[in-house]
Amino acid sequence: MSTLIKHGRVIDPANGVDAVQDVLIADGKIERVGKNLVAPVGAEVVDAAGKVVCPGFIDIHVHLREPGYEYKETVATGTRAAAAGGFTAVACMANTNPVNDNGAVTDYILAKARVEGVVRVHPIGAVTKNLRGEELAELAELAEAGCVAFSDDGRCVMNAALYRRALEYTLPFGLPVISHAEDTHLSLGFTMNEGVVSTEIGLPGSPAAAEDVMVARDILLAELTGAHVHIAHLSTAGAVRLVRDGKARGVRVTAEVTPHHMILTEEAVRSYDANTKMAPPLRTKRDTEALVEALADGTIDCIATDHAPHALAEKEGEFDRAAFGIVGLETAVAVLMDRLVGPGLLPLGTLVSRLSRDPARLLNLPGGSLAAGAPADITILDPERKATVDPVKFRSKSRNTPFGGWTLTGGPWLTIVGGKVVRP
Amino acid sequence: MSTPARRFREKAQVLDDAALDRALTRIAHEILEKNGGAADLAFVGLRTRGVTLAHRLAAKIAKIDGATLPVGTLDITLYRDDLGIRGTPVIRGTDIPFSIKGKIVVLVDDVLFTGRTIRAALDALIDLGRPQSIQLATLIDRGHRELPIRPDYVGKNLPTSRRESVAVRLREHDGEDRVVIEEPEEA
Amino acid sequence: MGWTRKDLLTMRELDAGEITLLVDTAASLQEIATREIKKVPALRGKTIVNLFYEPSTRTRTSFEIAGKWLSADVINFSAGVSSTSKGESFIDTAKNIAAMSPDVVVVRHSSAGAAEVLARQLSCSVVNAGDGAHEHPTQALLDLLTIREKRGHFDGLHVAIVGDITNSRVARSNIHAMRKLGMTVTVAGPPTLIPPFVQELGVKVAYRLEDAIRDVDVIMMLRLQHERMQAGLIPSVREYSSYWGLTLDKLGRHARPDVLIMHPGPVNRGVELSPEVADGPYSVILDQVAKGVAVRMGVLLLLAGSKGAAAA
Repeated sequence: MSTLIKHGRVIDPANGVDAVQDVLIADGKIERVGKNLVAPVGAEVVDAAGKVVCPGFIDIHVHLREPGYEYKETVATGTRAAAAGGFTAVACMANTNPVNDNGAVTDYILAKARVEGVVRVHPIGAVTKNLRGEELAELAELAEAGCVAFSDDGRCVMNAALYRRALEYTLPFGLPVISHAEDTHLSLGFTMNEGVVSTEIGLPGSPAAAEDVMVARDILLAELTGAHVHIAHLSTAGAVRLVRDGKARGVRVTAEVTPHHMILTEEAVRSYDANTKMAPPLRTKRDTEALVEALADGTIDCIATDHAPHALAEKEGEFDRAAFGIVGLETAVAVLMDRLVGPGLLPLGTLVSRLSRDPARLLNLPGGSLAAGAPADITILDPERKATVDPVKFRSKSRNTPFGGWTLTGGPWLTIVGGKVVRP
Repeated sequence: MSTPARRFREKAQVLDDAALDRALTRIAHEILEKNGGAADLAFVGLRTRGVTLAHRLAAKIAKIDGATLPVGTLDITLYRDDLGIRGTPVIRGTDIPFSIKGKIVVLVDDVLFTGRTIRAALDALIDLGRPQSIQLATLIDRGHRELPIRPDYVGKNLPTSRRESVAVRLREHDGEDRVVIEEPEEA
Repeated sequence: MGWTRKDLLTMRELDAGEITLLVDTAASLQEIATREIKKVPALRGKTIVNLFYEPSTRTRTSFEIAGKWLSADVINFSAGVSSTSKGESFIDTAKNIAAMSPDVVVVRHSSAGAAEVLARQLSCSVVNAGDGAHEHPTQALLDLLTIREKRGHFDGLHVAIVGDITNSRVARSNIHAMRKLGMTVTVAGPPTLIPPFVQELGVKVAYRLEDAIRDVDVIMMLRLQHERMQAGLIPSVREYSSYWGLTLDKLGRHARPDVLIMHPGPVNRGVELSPEVADGPYSVILDQVAKGVAVRMGVLLLLAGSKGAAAA
């Protein structure tokens, strides 16, 4: 089964390509990328004129909610949301129910993904048993079962001694530990960023320091142990500075950022709409500027949505009682193209890299490249497409987005996984 | 009594300052005649110009009869039947610093028109106490009653058309004593 | 000008003209309390629902009396007594009440923003009777009415607000209202009870009581809640009252002789105010309470009785 994608602008940062070329796919793999390729007999031809052809996008921070919270999302609906958003692979976090802290749960997730998933699913195992932050989970078993990283995301492992042991223990597996950096003593009771807005609207806030303190700790522990620590959802200028310093010192620290932390600020919370409530919270303009700059210069390695579905009842009432988190798979690419690439804050090639080559390298995943022999995971973008975000049309089970009603130029056009077009 | 926010121009003068004063003097005499003297009498003026007229009537009676009659101020905004239809209620306050129980209360207004203002005033007064009786004095009666209300004392009967407006100008508020009929300016 | 808003949610969004209209209206309505028949028919046939998620006898009673004196039908709904204890959500309760067509819903809730969320859901008017630490507009209005009655004007007055500013909706509403009316506001208390960036609200900050109460026209003392000690914000109630509690002695030594002492109530005698100050000659605390009913009558009248508001 062959497919020829013609006339698209091919951006493949892993192989230094940014040119109008054709891409030939056969048997689920990239066969060739070149100019004026001829379609083999019986091949499907995709006319990608005016479109941008990229290695399949990978979102390394997604909550699929299965097992245990299927009313919010399932592997089936979450992967369909991913495909609709232009993603060909996701890494899913361990805070399910039961927690993915043992091989059986990992097997369950992978089995579900095989049968019902429409994009690739890479499970992330828990660091501690039941995410309680007290005892190490069986990390070797999780690695063997197929986990690509470890994280207690949703929670922070507050016990530094325990976290150090976790970092040491995972060294032989070569899998990073992903930190949800939040000092829960400093952030206790928070609903938003601590600052001018929280003072004015009377909601309890968490200061940037609550994140920075833990980022500093995690970088120092990475330095101590030689382990690879990846900081999830970076949100402050202070944390950016710490990561930059850490990298300069040779520490094996990497970081990701979400679209919403670069586009929205704490001002959005004035509406008391709980679709602006997440952890870490939306910060200040200064922070968003530092994050965009860091993403552009590579201090922040990749973009990840932290897709966190919640039911309507969990997000529509009182702000302080609402759940933390927003969905992101179906809006990320369009929001980033409209608000960062469009105004010239981030080159398109860098965006493509931070969504494909860089997350693949970070987690050592197949993909992120259009080299011959690579799996045929391809994301095709339409830079001219103008659409208004309509949460009612989401493939996700959940609708908790702050971007409802936004009219955006640019977005995903076609998603191909293993050589097959996914129509979610 | 309240005029819509269109532009009006003067059509005719109805009373000049001398005529206005004579009308008030006559009303003061009529009040004393009808009630056989000043005993138990009290004035309650409707905001805003009714209050001024009430004070003038009380002064005239003091001159004629020697009696000092109490004068109160009534704001009927809270008793109107058109709240929620006409913009924001503006309350200026009621101030009746005496008991109306057992008194002959003479309500004083500047222009009697549909009668709805007086209906509201009657309800307001009765909530404030139980007078012996309530009488109504108005400087101008311009007809077009919508309720069965009739004045006891009238300065001048003035047939008007509905689209016209009657403006009572008093020295204390407008710098002159004059009553005029106004008609809407054709655009 | 007049009143055109569907709801009264915050002082922050009102302009000086609207605030003055509310205060003037309240002032004119005070005389109803002196009548033998305390009723006017202005809101006859209107239905007002008091939706109180936080216990409050004083404010709820004040709103109830205000509605009844205006001849409205007033219904009280207290959380814990009804469906919320069966687990019905805030939004569901609101929708159920809305289905019964009230004209005004007065809501008090422990979550900041609850009134705003409710106002978006309901087409009828919503009055914020206190939402978490955010705002309590009718309290600020009765405070303003009290001040104007005693001082005759607003412009140029200096007010000190002392206590747990971080958690005080009374402080926030008063700060916004007073600033718009040309008053100077100083907030004071231990630094752990003063929110960050509070100067951005246009107030001065003092950390010692003595510095705050010098030369001010009004001292507004806030209630200290005992939970603050548990949260590690202050070491003890004893130390708090020793350094930030107001006594006659401190008043005598630092404050002006004609200063007004205010408190939103209920007073913790011996903590933020000594009994002699609470019950003494500078205190106008009971005047505040009396004005609460007039203020709430004014609010209900303007919301339910204005054409612009009904159409919004």
